[in-house]
Amino acid sequence: MESKMEDKHKGYRGPALETLKRFSVEVWQEVKVFSQKGEFQGIILPRNETADDKHIVIKLENGYNVGIRADTINSIQVVGRKEARYKIPERDFPVDQNKPKVTLFGTGGTIASRLDYRTGAVIPAFTPSELYGAVPELADICNLRTEKLYAVFSENMGPEQWIGLARAVANEIRGGVEGIVIGHGTDTMHHTAAVLSFMVQNPPVPIIMVGSQRSSDRPSSDAALNLIHATTAALSDIAEVMVCMFGPTSDRYGLLHRGTRVRKMHSSSRSTFRTVGDIPVALVSRDGVTALRNDYKRRRKDREVILDAVFDDRVTILYYYPGMKPDILEAIVEKGYKGVVIAGTGLGHVNKPLYGAIKEAVMREVHLFMTVQTLWGYTQMYVYDTGRDLMELGVVPAGNMLPEVAFMKLGWVLAHTTKRDEVIKMMLTPIAHEITEREPPDGYLVLQGGLPEVEKFMKSHLI
Amino acid sequence: MHNFDDLDFYQSLGFRCGLEVHRQIATEKKLFCQCPVKEYSDHFDAEILRHMRPTLSELGEYDPCALMEFKTKKQIIYRLNRETVCTYEMDDAPPFALNREALEKALVIALMLNLNLVDELHVARKQYLDGSIPTGFQRTLILGVNGYIIVGGRRIGIRQLGLEEDACRQVSDIGHKRTFMTDRLSIPLIEIVTEAEARTPNEAGAIANEIRKLCHLSGLVRTGAGRVRQDVNVSIKGGARAEIKGVPSIRQIPKLAHYEAIRQKALLELKEAAQRRGLDEKAFDAEPFLVTEQVMKMQHPVLSKECARGGVGYALRFPKCAGLFVFPVGPNRHFSDEVADRVRVIACLDRMPNMAHTDEVTMRGGVIEEIRRMIGAGDEDLVVVPAGPKDDVQTAIEEVKTRMKEMLAGVPRETRRALPTGETEFERLLPGPQRMYPDTDLPPVVLKEDDFAKARKRKPEDLQTVVERLKALGLSDQQIDNLILKDRLQLFQEALEVVKLRATILAHLVGDYMDFLERKFPENRVTKDLLEKIFGREEASSMTQKEASALIENAVAGHGV
Repeated sequence: MESKMEDKHKGYRGPALETLKRFSVEVWQEVKVFSQKGEFQGIILPRNETADDKHIVIKLENGYNVGIRADTINSIQVVGRKEARYKIPERDFPVDQNKPKVTLFGTGGTIASRLDYRTGAVIPAFTPSELYGAVPELADICNLRTEKLYAVFSENMGPEQWIGLARAVANEIRGGVEGIVIGHGTDTMHHTAAVLSFMVQNPPVPIIMVGSQRSSDRPSSDAALNLIHATTAALSDIAEVMVCMFGPTSDRYGLLHRGTRVRKMHSSSRSTFRTVGDIPVALVSRDGVTALRNDYKRRRKDREVILDAVFDDRVTILYYYPGMKPDILEAIVEKGYKGVVIAGTGLGHVNKPLYGAIKEAVMREVHLFMTVQTLWGYTQMYVYDTGRDLMELGVVPAGNMLPEVAFMKLGWVLAHTTKRDEVIKMMLTPIAHEITEREPPDGYLVLQGGLPEVEKFMKSHLI
Repeated sequence: MHNFDDLDFYQSLGFRCGLEVHRQIATEKKLFCQCPVKEYSDHFDAEILRHMRPTLSELGEYDPCALMEFKTKKQIIYRLNRETVCTYEMDDAPPFALNREALEKALVIALMLNLNLVDELHVARKQYLDGSIPTGFQRTLILGVNGYIIVGGRRIGIRQLGLEEDACRQVSDIGHKRTFMTDRLSIPLIEIVTEAEARTPNEAGAIANEIRKLCHLSGLVRTGAGRVRQDVNVSIKGGARAEIKGVPSIRQIPKLAHYEAIRQKALLELKEAAQRRGLDEKAFDAEPFLVTEQVMKMQHPVLSKECARGGVGYALRFPKCAGLFVFPVGPNRHFSDEVADRVRVIACLDRMPNMAHTDEVTMRGGVIEEIRRMIGAGDEDLVVVPAGPKDDVQTAIEEVKTRMKEMLAGVPRETRRALPTGETEFERLLPGPQRMYPDTDLPPVVLKEDDFAKARKRKPEDLQTVVERLKALGLSDQQIDNLILKDRLQLFQEALEVVKLRATILAHLVGDYMDFLERKFPENRVTKDLLEKIFGREEASSMTQKEASALIENAVAGHGV
């Protein structure tokens, strides 16, 4: 009963709610509002729960929403009712026996969506019929099955979800699917991609992570094209865990990045994902996948896959800054953390005042690995005394493993063993290129705007 | 030329006309980012490519106009100038806070339009899939509704005032590729929407003029070429609203409104003609016949070449429709043009003529007769032949059928583009309220009593009052218009306090003669101080216009007084 009352005045509180009650009106009613500022006609909308309690929102006939201050309203007259039907148009996804099967797992991100009034959030389209209604091109590529595993923003993904996802992916592979696509929020897509690379090893088919960087409720969203690219990539010959997102900001092609070498590099741009310290595996367009390198694992006919889905969450990243005091590291150790990935300066350094805390941590069997906050380049701890000192104290350099990747790997490793030599061996033995032997000359390219040659490139290419 | 004041004639048609006036507000920066507002420039540093896809409105509906644009499969290129564009305009970053300067200025204009002001502003997204905005929607908010202005003694309703970001400038639109410059994008713009209360085309012009004066009087708008555009909405009884978009000059409005009324009248007559022939929707479900070989033989300047280049041609038979394609819908246009427009815009077959048909006199006896026989069409039937690239022709076939069917409805709901003749051509299907949805990137903006008070303080005198006062000084309507529209009212009023000249002579100097002086001596300005220096003494009170003009020219030329 109570919930029904709430529904009538969805989202309204305080003076605004009082006003609705006083004039016996409810949401979705079409009304004429007479306020001190004049007359307004429209449909009373539910209120966003995070908005204030002083205004009533109505949708005018022209489609605009306006808020009217509740305490200036003299009267409200009901003239009709129109309730919104939230529905993504559904069209039966056409099944074609000649087309390969792809499974799309959902964890959060949106491809096509509609709005939820109360929260202002977008609700994703997800069933094959909904997706087909929004992105009909998918039917030209594959037979799609979808399974919603989670519905969380990517910052809310954690060990439980990673393990659940890894198991679901392995099961699906064993069941015979020809490619896997994972819809994921972009913020932590590279974390999940890294951990999946360790939890699901040697898959016979591509495992493609995809999302959208510009929300799918906008006509210019990258969501639809990313999904088209991802399903295309899922049927390619490259049987690895990869992230598939826009290459340039233009609607031109996507890039397939190795799950352990990829990083989100811009908070909002479509071209946010970059392979760091290497080149991407391939380029993908509507026309297909073009490999950019030859050292990838090929698709296999067998259904064998190594599932190793464990994670110890007593790990953290310590992002070093000049002037850092040892108490931070002491607190981490005190709280029971078993592994710390340090993102050090330059080739892998921290200041001298930390030495004592480091020594203490190692003594208490906390595993310390060094990565570089420059992201590009290797740790090299012999060059300066500091590096040698740190190694002496027990900090282990982690090559060119990205800090987030080292974090994910350490959590995974510590769920297998806590013995120092075994931990070090597992950490430093690459499983999926998380440490590479060499950084090619084109592995580090951050073009600098303003330079004549770069400006020339900008003008002559669709960026 | 028709008399655009002929009230009886337009009332007999049931003529209704309203306006949407778009005008840039004079601000330093853009509406949702910190990019500066600068002069337009065609220089660009980079280009990006985007496509648009329709999204659902919050009521769970697709907008018909959005679906139409999706069918065009346009590649959209945006040209970026690093001086005037940041990642926000590229839709690679969310909006920053709403520009307060723009909001405060727009509020003043809202007060001048006597609108009921909104307390809490909600940013909405208005879908535009034509590509004119890289996000695919325009961020827009309503400041007030239900206002009015007085035009020629009549009260004309103002439906709403919106504050929105301006769109891109289109550079070209050829085939499936449309190119835009982005420097105009996101400049703060007000949209003033009037009720459809103009009873004649000339009244529509007068309303536009009045709004123009009011904007100038506010002193808060940007002036000059490309800073203002009008949309003209016209309907007649039994017809439907057609929106003529982006009319740059007020002078064009009466003629455009008139011809649109005439076009709607013709379309209603065409509907009756179709009904008399007993046509129903089924009559337009034409089966397409492949006639590529025949089209190649046709020696048609466009179609034959298209087919020779690997395109296809199809023939559509519409029974009992002979003659309907040459039904006139304007002094220079026929119904066939209405159909060809749709094919041009939606199927992107933009090399004209994009179809051949049996109503064309020049076609008679040629290959089209062979096609007619081939598909079993008789003399009373109409045969239409679109040709071009295969995918586009598929779209074209559907569009021809759709537009033929709409004949039975009379006047389709469209936005139209002005032609130099005063006629119009199809631009898009008219979008509806389905295209509006809330912007989830920005919270609502609450206006406080302070904000309203500040706006009331800045609001200038009523236009009506100003005009009455100037009239009382003996100024003509023309002189008054000049002072207001050239933004010289303030100079006139300040000078009037300190010169001894007759007001009408001062009005001539400031409102008229100054143009000549500015052209001749672009270095030197006419200022209040200069006017006072020359005309501040008592003897100025008996000066003639000629004497005064000579004196000021001398002074501006630098020859002293």
